[in-house]
Amino acid sequence: MAATTIPVELAAACKDVVAAGDADDVAGVRAGYVAAPASTAEAAALLAAAARLGLAVVARGSGSRLHWGNPPARCDLVVDTRRLDRVLEHAAGDLVVQVQAGVALDDLAAVLATAGQRLALDPPAGAANGAGTVGGVIATNSAGPLRFRFGAPRDLLIGITVVRPDGVVARSGGKVVKNVAGYDLGKLFAGSYGTLGLITEAIFRLHPRPAVSTWLSLDRPDPESAAAVVHAISASPLWPSAVELDWPSAGAPLGVSVLLEGDEASVTARSARMRDLLRRGTAGLPSGQRKRPDGSPVHPTSAVEGVDSGVVPGDREVADGGAAGGPFPLARPPADGRGRPEANGTCVRVAFWVGQLATVLRTIRTAGVANGVDAAIGGSAGAGILDVWVAAEVDPAAVGGFASELRAGLAALSAGGAVPSVASAVIAWAPPQVRETVDVWGPVPSLRLMRSVKDQFDPAHRMAPGRFAGGI
Amino acid sequence: MDGNDDAITAERNAPAAAIDAGAVDAALAAMMTGICGADNVITDPQQLRTYECDGLTAHRSVPGLVVLPQTAEQVASIVRECAARQIPFVARGSGTGLSGGALPRTDGVLIVMSKMRSVIAIDPISRRAIVEPGVTNLSVSKAAESHGLFYAPDPSSQVVCSVGGNVAENSGGAHCLKHGFTVHHVTGLQVVTPDGELTWLGDGTGVAAGYDLVGAFTGSEGTLGIVTKIIVKLTPIPEAVITLLAAFTSMGAGGAAVSAIIGSGILPGAIEMMDALAIEAAEAAVHCRYPEGAGAVLIVELDGPAGDVEAQTAAVREICTAEGAYEIRAAQDAAERAAIWTGRKSAFAAVGRISPAYIVQDGVVPRTALESVLDRISALSAETGIRVANVFHAGDGNLHPLVLFDDRRPGEQEAAEKLSGMILDLCIEHGGSITGEHGVGVDKSRYMPRMFGADDLDTMQLLRCAFDPGGICNPGKVFPTPRLCGEVPGVRRAPHPLVAAGVIDQF
Repeated sequence: MAATTIPVELAAACKDVVAAGDADDVAGVRAGYVAAPASTAEAAALLAAAARLGLAVVARGSGSRLHWGNPPARCDLVVDTRRLDRVLEHAAGDLVVQVQAGVALDDLAAVLATAGQRLALDPPAGAANGAGTVGGVIATNSAGPLRFRFGAPRDLLIGITVVRPDGVVARSGGKVVKNVAGYDLGKLFAGSYGTLGLITEAIFRLHPRPAVSTWLSLDRPDPESAAAVVHAISASPLWPSAVELDWPSAGAPLGVSVLLEGDEASVTARSARMRDLLRRGTAGLPSGQRKRPDGSPVHPTSAVEGVDSGVVPGDREVADGGAAGGPFPLARPPADGRGRPEANGTCVRVAFWVGQLATVLRTIRTAGVANGVDAAIGGSAGAGILDVWVAAEVDPAAVGGFASELRAGLAALSAGGAVPSVASAVIAWAPPQVRETVDVWGPVPSLRLMRSVKDQFDPAHRMAPGRFAGGI
Repeated sequence: MDGNDDAITAERNAPAAAIDAGAVDAALAAMMTGICGADNVITDPQQLRTYECDGLTAHRSVPGLVVLPQTAEQVASIVRECAARQIPFVARGSGTGLSGGALPRTDGVLIVMSKMRSVIAIDPISRRAIVEPGVTNLSVSKAAESHGLFYAPDPSSQVVCSVGGNVAENSGGAHCLKHGFTVHHVTGLQVVTPDGELTWLGDGTGVAAGYDLVGAFTGSEGTLGIVTKIIVKLTPIPEAVITLLAAFTSMGAGGAAVSAIIGSGILPGAIEMMDALAIEAAEAAVHCRYPEGAGAVLIVELDGPAGDVEAQTAAVREICTAEGAYEIRAAQDAAERAAIWTGRKSAFAAVGRISPAYIVQDGVVPRTALESVLDRISALSAETGIRVANVFHAGDGNLHPLVLFDDRRPGEQEAAEKLSGMILDLCIEHGGSITGEHGVGVDKSRYMPRMFGADDLDTMQLLRCAFDPGGICNPGKVFPTPRLCGEVPGVRRAPHPLVAAGVIDQF
């Protein structure tokens, strides 16, 4: 849509509406206008006007995840949430915060840290936009390593305010953690990619900020031994906060990392026990280094905290990723020789029953070998989710072939079982040339019900049309 | 207030939404017999009466017909028959619900899930169990125990309540403070949709591809379909558990201790509190031997790695002492723990010892508002002369005031109900909720407009319309006024397989 003049209705509804420029493209789709409402009421008036004009609407926070999923079929109006930037209430005594959708996760973390609290979400950060906004993180249900213990946004969200495509404001949940009054619309909107309405406010439960956090890690030579370590850590009673796996390429060792958090005495004791457990349970010996969340080492000279003399080759130290006041600056503990996954390649997200970890890793490599794709694999192995990154330079047809073959391999794992699927793969993002060769969402169960939900909330299919599973 | 109450009475007396439905008659019974067998279809009026209510006996309605399916396919067939005739149906687990969520319909079919009660599989490495909906909550933990795992949600009725019912109600329990609710522990559901399709929501991984229908379905109180299989997360059994009992002279002191514990960064598995009247009732019923003269007792349970539990126990002792606890007991083993929990767990029933009748209320307030809300409740009690015993999950502000009355005296029940409703108003006023774990059901649908606006309720019902456009799946629950769903594109109206095959004729 080539827009030079702003429709009167939009301008009347929202103080800040401009014609879209090149930078406002959504996953390569040209936008018409960009509006930035400053309140839920203004957003409601804006969406009501957009409904009268029949405009297709895409919500935008920091823009760090706009390339996820499919590009929208149309994008007449971008609703930018940058003016919805207030922390409305931090009830520290109740461990609850109410925020507007445009608040950056990093900024929120800084506010919460002043009370010694945190929102236990550490989604991977983009190159320039930090960890994104509250609205974007909910809309994509993005989580990082802390998912193992605290879950995803859907698990921490206790109340939500949305504007429906017809401009009606609705909320569900509330300001108390324990609450079963009415349907939980937060669950429905978490991970809905903006296809049901606009998220304008959220209420989260919070957790105390740990005084100390420590990553322990060790390398394993093959998927089976790495999986054994993951299973031993996950089954332990030592309350790990995260259980991550990092396999940068087919020829590299597999790094398994565990995050322990708490007060100093607790982390010291549990770290020692975790090392014992791994020493007994595996051939290798983990090493580690402790740091406070502000980055300063706890006992820089202590033999306990330094690298033991018994470290075997291949083990490595991993620095604590916790920055002052913010969520982890990296998706997961930094891996040797591999940079942060960049947006211009392809990311395939594999979810699986944890018991299948080794088989899933083998299946990924098998599909890679068959298509000449050497992917980097990493993610919350203990929680049953791994990202598979393929570089932008790889031939798109090979990437498509890899994804299709991976899906077929994972489907074969599920055949004949008590449940329909024990592993599946969704392409979180991919360049256009890859998307032409393979459906990013793949087969999704209960699609009929999902279409029915979409039809009820957005009967004209104007909210991020086509971005979601099954063309929703 | 008075105007509101008139409106409520009018709503309660209004007839349920009219459904242009077929009859629950001998022909339908015969059809159900064809699906489930004669042993699993109940038509005898006396037997039907045993299903007239769930755990909330204030609401009663004899079901038109009861069926007890044994397989998911049977449930699907039953629902398809109901859908074809637009006959309302209600699913029931163990019937322990406290909001009338499983209240049957006289003009409908009650589908009792108690014969589907097997733990189908346990995958200890994946930390998942696949269970049938009729299986009791506690038996999942028992089945997982040998693997060092347990199923974390533990509603007080866990010995008898069913996991299917837990999914419908998003059940909590004393330990949800730390471990979360049912919705945090369910990763896949096989359901029969209200038009009779057997389908899976989620695949057990806990990562949704597409909309999180598992999350949306859990806690929908049986209004979106019937669960036929459930994949639950299992959790490593904590290495150490220590239960502390602290006695205070006043509720205020106990409440201050709760705030101080949470404020210190400790997250106990459970923090429970009882007031003097609740303690008196428990003593009378189970002789739990709580410290004498207590104005409040606090039960704090700490679980986790042994070293942590030890350190936290010391910290909690210190806090309680500083806040005025005059006696603190610690239980280290299962028997000692059980002794402490006996009083708390028996409290609801025990109140029957000191009052001919009582209402169990379930409301939530922000924890920091506990003290002022309890003061207001006690002021209301003094004003009205109605006794209120308080038993609650203090850690998450979930109140269970027990409003005592004598149902043989005219007007007392109405007065008690009114006070019980005023307590919910207090919860709403303080930014809380009208239900923390018992659900809305039929009992509290009239309070929903006090907590949510018309647009909120209308939007929630869009989800209802997506699943159940005909409004036949547990109608009359949760929402005070049903939404008209309008024309919905793409709703499947598949004929019964026997009709399609020419074996039977629908007319």
